[in-house]
Amino acid sequence: MTVETVASSSGKPRVMVVHPLVVRITHWVNAVAIVMMVCSGWQIYNASPLIPFRFPAWMTLGGWLGGGIAWHLAAMWLLIANSLGYFGYGLIGRHFVRSFLPITPRAFGHDLREALAFRLKHKLGTYNAVQRLLYIGVLVLGVAALVSGLGMWKPVQLQLIDSLLGGYPTLRWIHFFAMSGIVLFVVVHLALVALVPKTLPAMITGRAHLDASPAEVQS
Amino acid sequence: MNDIKPQDDRTPEARAARRQLLETLRPRLERIERRSFLRQGLSLGALTMLSGCNLADGDAVDRVLLAMSRFNDRVQSLLFSKTTLAPTYAADRITKPFPFNAFYGIDDAPDIDGDTWKLELSGLVADKTPWTLDRLRALPQQSQITRLICVEGWSAIGQWSGVPFRTFLEHIGADLTARYVGIKCLDRYYSSIDMETALHPQTIITLDYGGSELPTGYGYPIRLRIPTKLGFKNPKYIGAMFVTNTYPGGYWEDQGYNWFSGS
Repeated sequence: MTVETVASSSGKPRVMVVHPLVVRITHWVNAVAIVMMVCSGWQIYNASPLIPFRFPAWMTLGGWLGGGIAWHLAAMWLLIANSLGYFGYGLIGRHFVRSFLPITPRAFGHDLREALAFRLKHKLGTYNAVQRLLYIGVLVLGVAALVSGLGMWKPVQLQLIDSLLGGYPTLRWIHFFAMSGIVLFVVVHLALVALVPKTLPAMITGRAHLDASPAEVQS
Repeated sequence: MNDIKPQDDRTPEARAARRQLLETLRPRLERIERRSFLRQGLSLGALTMLSGCNLADGDAVDRVLLAMSRFNDRVQSLLFSKTTLAPTYAADRITKPFPFNAFYGIDDAPDIDGDTWKLELSGLVADKTPWTLDRLRALPQQSQITRLICVEGWSAIGQWSGVPFRTFLEHIGADLTARYVGIKCLDRYYSSIDMETALHPQTIITLDYGGSELPTGYGYPIRLRIPTKLGFKNPKYIGAMFVTNTYPGGYWEDQGYNWFSGS
């Protein structure tokens, strides 16, 4: 992410941009789209469950199978458009390289131990190695969900996806596991926001007051 | 496809019996679930103003969803290829037993007398003479082993044989530039497909399943087998067909299922 230091010399509180506008917009559009996709997806799942479990009706969206499908295949376009914007920015604008890389096994091991001991200091503007791996992981799951979903939507016209990933019934499982991983990520993500609440306004305004030494922030 | 508990999994017979019972009850259960959902105030949908649309009561959310569904019809029509074939399978991949599915239980499936049955034709068709089973059997036949994918998510592989629909439409002098083929069934079901799909080489008027006469559960005397569409767009117990440029809708389509529903 862009780390810019604003108004640093005049004695006013120092403010920096921790989340660029593109990231903030795509983050919140994504939040809405993911809720729609997951809840309508659960509605569709309930029509023919893969395992002996159904999602409670209050967690689903659409009211019945037809409504669930209508939501799912409408929100799909919101998600696709938003993802194109985000991945385009992430790759061309080098957001991915700057914010998610590098991840060394050593840094990951260190940050994971610190995090589990609740000692890991949260630095606004920089992701630790555990965060980096989780963010990359959920992006991979998102791509897996999208590709397997397209393959299930168009098993004839896009049969290349089906044949590469093991056929229609396998795609249902891939889609299901990708959804489960994404939901797990969201649960952890929300729990961490609850633990470190200052991250929430930063994702809305993009800015944060510096409460650490510049060296620490710029790490 | 339903809550199958481990203890019910011991024998294939137990599984089949349970499956059939659930199949029988499912449409009724779904109607009950849907009614109770609409009465239920406190749901995620209601909380977020995303009320439980049935795509028929015309509120703003439903209108947006319906517009998106029409958009998806157009996208699917663009994605559709006249020459791309649905994958076919070896005979040992056939799903046994092939599931029965309808908006009613198998006991309520119509018992049709094939000797007196006639296929009525209307609309943009040159020769509207009704067809008998014998006349259909006299036309060239084609066989396919393809996967039927249900809108509910499950799928099953079966072997269907019969008359390529294109051959039949050419035979009756149908206007092949018309937009839709409408289908009326003898169990109150109805549906419609786009002409491009009607002319697809794997779209067939099915007379046989697994090499013998179509059983009652699978749509005797004829069903349309369209491997490039979801299962509910493969109507059974067909009594009449018509060619038209006016959108005919369908039993599920009119309640909110996407009309094109291509695979």
